[in-house]
Amino acid sequence: MADLSVDLAGLRLRNPFLLASGVWGESGESLAGAHRAGAGGVVTKSIGSVGRPGYPNPTIESYDGWGLLNAMGLPNPGIDEYPQEIAAARAAGATVIGSIFGADPGEFADLARKMAATGVAALELNLSCPHAEGYGTEVGGTPAEVGAIVREVVRAVRLPVIAKITPNTSDPAALAEAAERAGASAVSAINTVRALAIDVRLARPVLAHGLGGLSGRAIKPVGLACVYQIFSRISIPLVGVGGISTAEDALEYLMAGARAVEVGTAVAFEGIGVFGRLASGLSVLLDELGLGSAREAVGLAHRGAGRGAASPA
Amino acid sequence: MRAVVRVEERVAETPTTVTLRFRYEPDASPGQFVMVWLPDDDELPMSLSYTRGTLKGVTIKAMGETTRRSLGIAPGQRIGIRGPYGNCFDPTPRRILVVAGGSGSAVLAPAVEAARALGGEVTVALGATTAPELLFRERFEAMGARLVLATDDGSAGEKGFVTGPAERLLREGSFDAVWTCGPEVMMRKVVSAAGAVGLPVRCSVERHMKCALGMCDACALGPFHVCVDGPVFTDRQLASAEDFGRFHRDASGRRRPL
Repeated sequence: MADLSVDLAGLRLRNPFLLASGVWGESGESLAGAHRAGAGGVVTKSIGSVGRPGYPNPTIESYDGWGLLNAMGLPNPGIDEYPQEIAAARAAGATVIGSIFGADPGEFADLARKMAATGVAALELNLSCPHAEGYGTEVGGTPAEVGAIVREVVRAVRLPVIAKITPNTSDPAALAEAAERAGASAVSAINTVRALAIDVRLARPVLAHGLGGLSGRAIKPVGLACVYQIFSRISIPLVGVGGISTAEDALEYLMAGARAVEVGTAVAFEGIGVFGRLASGLSVLLDELGLGSAREAVGLAHRGAGRGAASPA
Repeated sequence: MRAVVRVEERVAETPTTVTLRFRYEPDASPGQFVMVWLPDDDELPMSLSYTRGTLKGVTIKAMGETTRRSLGIAPGQRIGIRGPYGNCFDPTPRRILVVAGGSGSAVLAPAVEAARALGGEVTVALGATTAPELLFRERFEAMGARLVLATDDGSAGEKGFVTGPAERLLREGSFDAVWTCGPEVMMRKVVSAAGAVGLPVRCSVERHMKCALGMCDACALGPFHVCVDGPVFTDRQLASAEDFGRFHRDASGRRRPL
């Protein structure tokens, strides 16, 4: 039996499968449920300084099986209401990574201190929501912005800091490099891909907010390309995100260079049981391929790259 | 599946409740809900009050701003529908006590129809604030259900909450199952009264809902998500959901007392 455990920026995870931010992360009992279903760790919904209801509905459009388009609008109860949810998740034994979003480095640092006080194991910075005015990509879309926010947060807390970056830019790896230079412990890539759906009978966007972010199987090749490119340009660990619904998808991400992966949209299409299936599936797949552990697979696809196979820069 | 449909028919059921009928192909069972998109406004979960054939229906009570505006929707107007989602009532018990409060009849009416079609005996304890608000009173009568009424102001049936006659019926009557939908505090009392006489209960529960796909966590209720694990829950399931009848979550996910 292959060893699935991985180390991520000082966290020891029983397997590489993390619950992605935004999915099942509003209530502590749901986070606990993801842990019980077999997730190696859980990332909370992105939490801000004050509560936000999010955008009006429709907030989601489903492309059955292959993708979801969403613009939830960062709904969250606010950091002061959230410690009870973290406590419930931790009481169940979950390794909790707290996701936060702010408008500037100072707000991020303030949130980071408050989130750290809840007892989370690490922080993930949402620098990449593609559809929230004044947050996400709008404040983390350039290397300078990413660097400034990460630097301020790293100064504020002792916890590992994971920078979640956007694919909606010409050079995502430059964002990852900026995060590393500023002291981030890891980078997660990617967030959703900016996207749109139109209802032709009503001649208007389906989502109330108009633009949204695409997730799910449709974006797996996009996420893989980002992780593959970033791997050769930074030395801190990577968390791969985007369209993972099978063990083989996950192994592709590991081979591209990810140390761990986040799973989100697959929960909508397959239920929370997907975590158990991914873990057992990866174990079988690693055995079949003669790999003794998930760790051994990390970055394997880069062997031999170079003979005309270099990533298109 | 998602479709844009025209409203075929609008029926004012009570002073604060209207039914919208529309053609929508997918099969649905009593208990299931659809997401109803009112373009330029919002999209809300609505239990189907008519599930048979293609002429489906939802029955909307004015509660918040969007539902109040939705009462003004006229035949010919276009609305979006996706679903149906969620689970359904099992119509096979022989003797069923139905406890309906306020707009709870919207989801219970098609379920009672299904039970009656299988030859079940149904008693409906129907409650509302005042007589004109007793939703689907005639529809339940036409199905051949026995009706017991309660109104807060005493204008029809017993004066007071419907839990009064419901508790009495449970003590006196012989039933195989209890179905309920209405204010959560009412349902909690029904569950407790049915438990006292050892009867299983099915509750149709409402929570703030966004994606309806079991993903966004807005409708989290204890270890469940109302959109995919419900909306119809057993008394046993609800025993493990501490918030049932006590707390709900608003659009931001903040837990608030009911």
